[in-house]
Amino acid sequence: MELSGWGRHPVIQAEMTPAHNHRVLQEKISGMGTLIAYGYGRSYGDSALAKQVVGMRPLDRMIEFEESTGLLTCEAGVLFADIVKTFLPRGWFLKVTPGTKYITVGGAVAADIHGKNHHIAGCFGDTVSHLKMIGAGGETVHCSRDHNSELFRATCGGMGLTGIIFEAAFYLTKVPSATISMTTIKTRDLVETFEAFEKHADTPYSVAWVDCLAKGGSLGRSLVMLGEFEGEDANTDIDYRPSNGTTIPKWFPGFLLNNASISVFNKLYYAKAQNGSSKKRVGVDAFFYPLDRLLHWNRIYGKSGLIQYQFILPKSAGVKGMEEILQEIAQSGIGSFLAVLKLYGPANDHYLSFPMEGYSLALDFKVQHRLPELLDRLDRLVLKYSGRIYLAKDARVSREVFEQGYPQIEAFRALRKSLGLDRKFRSMQSDRLGL
Amino acid sequence: MHNTRILILGANSDIAVATARILAQEGADLWLSSRNLEELEKEAANLRTRYGVDARGVRFDARDFDSHPDFYSGLDPKPDGVVLAFGLLGDQQTSQKDFDQARAVMETNYTGAVCILELVAADFDRRGKGFIVGISSVAGDRGRADNYIYGSSKAGFTAYLSGLRQRLHASGIPVLTVKPGFVATKMTVGKPLPKRLTADPEMVARAIVKGIRKRKNVIYVKPLWRVIMGVITHIPEKVFKKLSL
Repeated sequence: MELSGWGRHPVIQAEMTPAHNHRVLQEKISGMGTLIAYGYGRSYGDSALAKQVVGMRPLDRMIEFEESTGLLTCEAGVLFADIVKTFLPRGWFLKVTPGTKYITVGGAVAADIHGKNHHIAGCFGDTVSHLKMIGAGGETVHCSRDHNSELFRATCGGMGLTGIIFEAAFYLTKVPSATISMTTIKTRDLVETFEAFEKHADTPYSVAWVDCLAKGGSLGRSLVMLGEFEGEDANTDIDYRPSNGTTIPKWFPGFLLNNASISVFNKLYYAKAQNGSSKKRVGVDAFFYPLDRLLHWNRIYGKSGLIQYQFILPKSAGVKGMEEILQEIAQSGIGSFLAVLKLYGPANDHYLSFPMEGYSLALDFKVQHRLPELLDRLDRLVLKYSGRIYLAKDARVSREVFEQGYPQIEAFRALRKSLGLDRKFRSMQSDRLGL
Repeated sequence: MHNTRILILGANSDIAVATARILAQEGADLWLSSRNLEELEKEAANLRTRYGVDARGVRFDARDFDSHPDFYSGLDPKPDGVVLAFGLLGDQQTSQKDFDQARAVMETNYTGAVCILELVAADFDRRGKGFIVGISSVAGDRGRADNYIYGSSKAGFTAYLSGLRQRLHASGIPVLTVKPGFVATKMTVGKPLPKRLTADPEMVARAIVKGIRKRKNVIYVKPLWRVIMGVITHIPEKVFKKLSL
C-alpha cells in the first residue's frame, strides 16, 4: 500500500502488518526483517516510513485508570482524542498535548511530544510512569526511570527505534472545566513578541502565530496567545462534547495555496486582531486543536505535499538568532501558512528529545521549487546558533546537521547497537540519519 | 441500556468488540466470552476504564458443547440480551479436502450456535424477557462453489434464527438476524474487497445496536446487499450452476 506521513511527502510503497494483539505482534515481529511501528501517521516526514511497518492502531484498549493519582495505563494505539473524550467529562486532561489530538500514545512517547505548556510541564515523556515494549528478539521489556532507565531515556524521543512500545502508563491532570480563558496579545515586532512570552512565563499555556512574511520594522510581528483553564473547583463533572470537523476533500487544488494567497491571509489574520491585548473564552478543542476541525487539512497543500520545518534555538541565541532566520524566510518570499513560535522550558534527559530552553519556530511549507535551498540555508543558521531540528517533522535534514544538534546521539546509537535494535527497528529517517 | 447486561459470545472478533463498545457507551454491563480469556480480560478492562460499566470476561468454547450448560448457568447475573458473534470462516479448498476443518466450520457456525442459543432461549422464555442477536452471513442466502461449507453452515444458522424468532415471538422476545456482507476485519486482511459492499466493524456494530432498539428481524448492514442477494437467490438453479459468482 501507499504510505506517507502527515506531510504527504515522501510517499512510499510499504507493507502494513496490523498489530491485533500482543501475541500476534510478538510472532510477526520475529519473522519480519527490519520494520518500524506506524501509529496514526501524524509525524510529518519519514519517521514512521519503511518497507515494512507494524500498524499500531488496533491496540487501542485502555487498561486501567487510578482515580487517586490520575495514572492511566493504556495500549499504544489509543488516540489522544479518545483520552480527551473519555476523561475530560470526568475532570481529567492530558498533562501534555500537542496541537492535534489525532496521535497515538505510542507516537507521543516516540516523539517525546510537547505542547503549549512546555515551559511549565515539559514533554509527554516526563508524564510517563512506565512503558512496555517488544525488543529486537520479540521479547517483552519493561522500562521506567528506575528500571532499564537507559532504555527509557532512549525510548522517549527515540522515534520508535528502541523497540515497539505497546503499552504506556502516564499521568493525567485534574482540570476545573473544558473552557480556556484566552488572552491574545498583538505585538509589533520580534522584540515585543519575546517580551510577551517572558512576561507571561507563568501562564500555563502560550504560543504565538508569527506573520513570517512581514519584513523590516514589522519582522516577527505576532499574535501571542495565552491560556489557562477557567474555574476553580477541580472536582466536578465537566460538560464536554468533541467538536465535529469538516473534511478537506482529496482533490483539493493545491494551487489555491500559493505565496500570494498566504501573504494575503497573513496580513488579514494579523489585521483582524485587536491592538494591544484582548480576552475571550474558548473550548478545549478550539484552543488546543484548532486545525483538527479541518480533517485532512494537509490536503490544502495539494498533491505535492508539505514540509514542516521546526527548529529550536537556545535562549543564548536571543532575539538575534530568530531575527536572522525570519529575515531569511521573509526575503525568500516563500511563505508559511502557519508559523508558530513558542517559548520552551529546560530540556529533559531523554537522548533525542527535541525541546531545550529557548524558542522554537514551526513552519509549514508547500513542497516547491527553491524550497530545498531555503531549508539548507535555514539549517546552517540553526547550527550557527546551536539549535536543532525536530525529528517528528523532518523528512530531509542531513546527517551532519542533525548530529550537531543532538549531543547525546552517540549514547543512543551505542544503546541500539548493544541491544541489537539497530538490526530490527529502522525507518527511512533512521537510515538517512544513521540513527 | 442502563441496568441491562448483555452477553457477547465470541467477544474477540472485531465486530463483537465494536458492538461491545457501543453497548457499554450506552451504559450496558457486559459478559464477554470466547476462548481467549487473556484478550477478553483486556477488553473488559478497556470497557470498565472507558465507560465505567461492569464488564467481565468468561471463557467459552463454541465447539465444546458439553460445557455450555455449565457456562450458562454459571453466569450471575444472568444476561438480558445475547449477541452471538462467533464464527469460523475456514478455507473452502481446505474444507473440501480436510473434513476436520469442514467440521470445525459447521460445528462452530451451526451446531455450537444452536447448542448455546437453545439454553439462552429457554432461560429468556422462562423469564419472559430478553433479546437475541445472531450474526449470520449473506453467504448463507445461497450456496456458492467458493464458500459453500461456510455458506451452508450460515444458511443453517439463518434458518435456525428464523424459527427461533417465530417461537419466541409470543413471549415478546425479539430475535435479530444480522447479515453484514463484506466486513474489513481480521478475517479478511489481505483480501481485496469492493468498497461499496464493504462495511467496517463499527458500521456493523451501529447497525446491530439500532436493530436491537428497533426490534428488527433481519438486517443487511449495507442495503445494497439485500438487493444483490434478492437477485442471486432468484436466479434459476439451471442457470446458477453455470455461473461463477
